[in-house]
Amino acid sequence: MIAVELFKLVRRLRTWMSIGLICALPLVVAIFIAITHLEPPPGSGSAFLSAVLNEGQLYPAAALALVLPVFLPVAVAVTAGDSVAGEASAGTLRYLLARPVGRTRLLVAKLTAVTAFTTLAVLAVTVTSYATGVLILGPSRAAAVGTAPGGISGSIAPGAGGSPTAGLQPGAAVTSLSGAPLTTLELAERVLGAMAFITVSMLGVAAIAIFLSTLTDSSLGAALGSLAVLVASEVLVTLNAASAVQPYLPTRYWLAWIDFFRQPIFWRDIQHGFEIQAVYVVVFLGAAWANFATKDITT
Amino acid sequence: MIRTDKLTKRFGRVEAVREVSLDVREGDRYGLLGPNGSGKSTLVRMLLGLVYATSGSISVLGEPVPRHVGRVLPAIGALIEEPAAYPQLSGRANLRLLDAAGPHGSRRTRRRRVDEALEQVGLAGIDRRPVRAYSLGMRQRLGLAAALVRRPRLLILDEPTNGLDPRGIRDMRELLTGLNDSGVTVFLSSHLLGEVSALCTRIGVLDSGNLVLQDELAALERPTGRVLISTDDPERAVTTLDGLIERRNGPDLVVRSPDPAALNARLVTAGVPVRSLVAERRSLEEIVLDVTGAGADQFGVPVTGAVMGAAAGAASGAASAAGATDERAAS
Repeated sequence: MIAVELFKLVRRLRTWMSIGLICALPLVVAIFIAITHLEPPPGSGSAFLSAVLNEGQLYPAAALALVLPVFLPVAVAVTAGDSVAGEASAGTLRYLLARPVGRTRLLVAKLTAVTAFTTLAVLAVTVTSYATGVLILGPSRAAAVGTAPGGISGSIAPGAGGSPTAGLQPGAAVTSLSGAPLTTLELAERVLGAMAFITVSMLGVAAIAIFLSTLTDSSLGAALGSLAVLVASEVLVTLNAASAVQPYLPTRYWLAWIDFFRQPIFWRDIQHGFEIQAVYVVVFLGAAWANFATKDITT
Repeated sequence: MIRTDKLTKRFGRVEAVREVSLDVREGDRYGLLGPNGSGKSTLVRMLLGLVYATSGSISVLGEPVPRHVGRVLPAIGALIEEPAAYPQLSGRANLRLLDAAGPHGSRRTRRRRVDEALEQVGLAGIDRRPVRAYSLGMRQRLGLAAALVRRPRLLILDEPTNGLDPRGIRDMRELLTGLNDSGVTVFLSSHLLGEVSALCTRIGVLDSGNLVLQDELAALERPTGRVLISTDDPERAVTTLDGLIERRNGPDLVVRSPDPAALNARLVTAGVPVRSLVAERRSLEEIVLDVTGAGADQFGVPVTGAVMGAAAGAASGAASAAGATDERAAS
């Protein structure tokens, strides 16, 4: 059944359209920066973006920061929101279940397909933005050598909700946010870590959308519902009055992947991020399962 | 093959199916009749484990449903209301995909079974066009092919002739009869009386969620013991058959007699020119209208409704061929 779901995902135009759009945004940004040589000043704008003119290899990180707040969650919410509701409204759900496909098995396959989609999207962004960074923004000189100008961006408080930027001086090597240099291998490892973290961050959204998808026969409703949850979460994350619930919000640790680019890696928020996503996945998939397994399929 | 015991389904305060005790036997071509909204689809969905019963029990192929529905479904081919397919894929890809879903479709035989099913429904020549481009009739045929891919022992078909043209309907009838001859039990639901009377050996009639009739079609349609005669000399016929005449309407007579052949001999001997003489049978339409009230979709409209009434036109061809007569002439 998992193979069937993956096949459906791959054979669907929407999958490739959304991944194409996600990849296009960093490309457009890179083109503008390359043409104008105007980077956002350090400390403002999207994370890492102020450093990419010198550090083409950092562009994957900057690209992930660009797509993380909106593009990626929207794509995941649409795909996950459509997973059950789309089949229900198209009528194919009843034929799958009468085949028979167990309801639990179907949900697991759907989650797997959504996870595969998220991974694919994150991977595509990383690969295309690496190529973009190296080709358009110019290759970084001597990634492994050179000393960074100490402590330029190290002042960023770990785990702060703001948007950290690597304020690098011209001519510097690929440098961690803490100022210490990163070898190419270390950089690759950290990019992989960030990719994994971002993928997992999306699973919480996916679980919420799948749950809503079992409640309604409207894909759109399920997708928008889960996005509404995210927007609410984003609002509360910046609201001091809501500090009591902030540690439990799904988007609270979304930016913690930036800590992968510190030297050494600052693990606390990354770990919290993984934990909170795991909780969301378990709770909402459990709810989705409880609802779907006992639901009358009348569409 | 299918047995339900006092099966009831309530959606909120609406009772869609009320204490239905269905009995479909092996080898039957069973037709479940009922106007739209009478609970047919809900009943079919309960048999397939898609909708859970409020009370009562179901057994399909000897196994309790929904508890062991996973065990019986591989042997069942189903068409549930409209067919559905992934529009961006071709018909063949759809069948392969559906067969690959769930644990029971052998990959080794898949290609052959898919091609066979497509041939059975007259879609052997389909190309790689996506289902999006299919006509309604083609989609219906594809839906039936999907039901046949696993070579089922039991077919459960909800409104199988929807969207088919007359040729398609005949093809479908021949296909189902052929499958039935090779041992497949067919259970279909329909609001088209003609379709059911032409195809089925056994019928059940559902009315507002109640199963109001369930019997062999042959038994229901047996002669009523009356003979309908049309003659150019009704006066002499009346004299000859004195005492047997129930009703007279110009040249048409309704005569009480269990033996049409003897009646005919008597008239011929007496020199009565007989134009036609036929044993009266009740048509399926009369039988059904007799036991049903207004359809659930006709609020407050008495007697025969648009839904069943529309079917009467289609039914009349088959009905007169079976030797039945028009109710208005008989009563």
